[in-house]
Amino acid sequence: MSIRISQIDKTYGHKGSGRTRALAPIDLDIRDGELIGLLGPSGSGKTTLLRIVAGLEQADGGTIHFGEREVTQVHVRERRIGFVFQHYALFRHMSVFENVAFGLRALPRRQRPSNGEIRTRVMQLLEMVRLAAFAERYPAQLSGGQQQRVALARALALKPDVLLLDEPFGALDAKVRQELRRWLRHLHEELGFTSLFVTHDQEEALELSDRVVVMSNGRVEQIATPDTLYREPANRFVFEFLGDVNRLEGDVAEGRLTCGNASVSVPGVEPGRRELLLRPHEVHLAERSIPAAHLPVTVASIVPVGAEVRLELEADWLEEPWLASVSHAEFERLGIARGRRLFALPSRLHGFDAAGAQNVALPVG
Amino acid sequence: MIAATLRRQASRRVLPGFGLSLGVTLTFVSLILLLPLTSLVGQLSQLSLSQYWFLISDPRILASYRVTLLAAAVAALFNAAFGLLMAWVLVRYEFPGKRLVDALMDLPFALPTAVAGVTLATLYSSQGWVGRWLETLGLPIAYTWVGIALAMAFTSIPFVVRTVQPILEDLPSEVDEAAVTLGARDGHAFRRVILPHLWPALVTGTGLAFVRSLGEFGAVIFIAGGKPFETEITSLMIFVKLQEYDYAGAAAVASIVLATSLALLLLINLWQGRFIRRLHGGGA
Repeated sequence: MSIRISQIDKTYGHKGSGRTRALAPIDLDIRDGELIGLLGPSGSGKTTLLRIVAGLEQADGGTIHFGEREVTQVHVRERRIGFVFQHYALFRHMSVFENVAFGLRALPRRQRPSNGEIRTRVMQLLEMVRLAAFAERYPAQLSGGQQQRVALARALALKPDVLLLDEPFGALDAKVRQELRRWLRHLHEELGFTSLFVTHDQEEALELSDRVVVMSNGRVEQIATPDTLYREPANRFVFEFLGDVNRLEGDVAEGRLTCGNASVSVPGVEPGRRELLLRPHEVHLAERSIPAAHLPVTVASIVPVGAEVRLELEADWLEEPWLASVSHAEFERLGIARGRRLFALPSRLHGFDAAGAQNVALPVG
Repeated sequence: MIAATLRRQASRRVLPGFGLSLGVTLTFVSLILLLPLTSLVGQLSQLSLSQYWFLISDPRILASYRVTLLAAAVAALFNAAFGLLMAWVLVRYEFPGKRLVDALMDLPFALPTAVAGVTLATLYSSQGWVGRWLETLGLPIAYTWVGIALAMAFTSIPFVVRTVQPILEDLPSEVDEAAVTLGARDGHAFRRVILPHLWPALVTGTGLAFVRSLGEFGAVIFIAGGKPFETEITSLMIFVKLQEYDYAGAAAVASIVLATSLALLLLINLWQGRFIRRLHGGGA
């Protein structure tokens, strides 16, 4: 079922006393079967938006459609949604089986399946979340990851049109989170429901979503596929929020940015004082400078992390050190050690101003 | 030598002052709780078993048990319903004056019970503000068991409110929301999701209110009037016996009240323990 959100806005607080705008009018179209991540820092309005879609909160204005059906004024219990809470919100006094069966048992008598049918359906769902052996346990006897799987089975029991998840893996440790993420992705492909989930973890959003909605201060900053988002961020906020950032500030004249004894050619950048940004993996290192870039740096610290080595680079033309990630092969080839003097060669520089984004590719590699 | 020192260190508790604090606690428990109880048993020991039975099965005393139990039961049930409602209102809604209402809940604990008794008696007597009207409707309150139940309810309602309130505060609103997103109607969600959570606290609170009502004296005697066989409560009988210098008789009746209360408290504790074990994952 597709979801169409148009002009939804929300303000908290009473007139006069500190009103805060939680959502500026927001438009969002979600296609049938899409998995969408709402990504943003806390206070960006992502949870509010999710709760408005669920019907747990009312918007001040705007409309929401599920497919052709307008649900703006429809009560949450009639919306046919499944909702998964960050802290599972399981019914502690009921067994796992009864938790999953709750929605089916709550149906009005005429629509309610027989006990046998409920049993079959619940056991099916528990098989699906691989918890069939735990049907008679109580939630307190399960681990966090298992509890969240029960919550998911419970939310799917009524075959909802839309599945909404509020920071579903936020309370779990990294390894379980990773596992559940892959599993949810798989489940999504298998069952094909439309879902919308909230997260503040960029890695989670990029890994799980078909498209990511980046939000800040109650506004949508960019809606794009993870790939586009990472390569072509629409603005500075998105760029900075999606990963580590290095800054380069200097004066641009005749296509070259100068900063102390460092300089780099930036074709196409308007003259004047400019700040350009780049990611750690866009910083390459060499033993000598090239005509296009003269950026002398000193290696300040070395941290091997998995497949790459993270370096901290210092220079007197830099206000704060740069981060760079290089491969182990590169690391050994250059014989990098703490205190070694090298030259940085940026492969890409990103500039943002009120007009939009500007990406400068440099001929290094 | 070294081994002995190590063993000494290992057996030492991390929290200091165990011996002293336990000693002081036990001393005070003995002085304040056990000593009076011992003297009660001492009084009883002067009676033979048949004398004891004769004293506690006197028809007038039997009638007082009935009145006390009935009124306390009605008061406890009334409090279960209204205490739950008050706790719900105090936890789930925001309204001006909420803190004041919250503080008022403790008033029955703070007010001397005799003052409460006199106030209730004047209010509900046939000349009182409220009693006058109820009398014309054919609902006399003062000097009937209804009045007794009313006084008991007044003094014991904080037990229900104050036991249910923290449990309700602990219940995240996400749990209600989860029930609603699963299509549950309000009544269904309350019965199947909220009430089971509150159940242990509600039963405990109601039980405590009941036990407290059984022994209530000050608040009740003024409104009860003390008609033999009709509105005499058991604690009044003890008082009457004491005034007649019948210490053994008073002790005999008191022992019944005490035994009932202790048994009830024990039952509540056992039951609650079982329920809570289940919630925290100790098997069905």
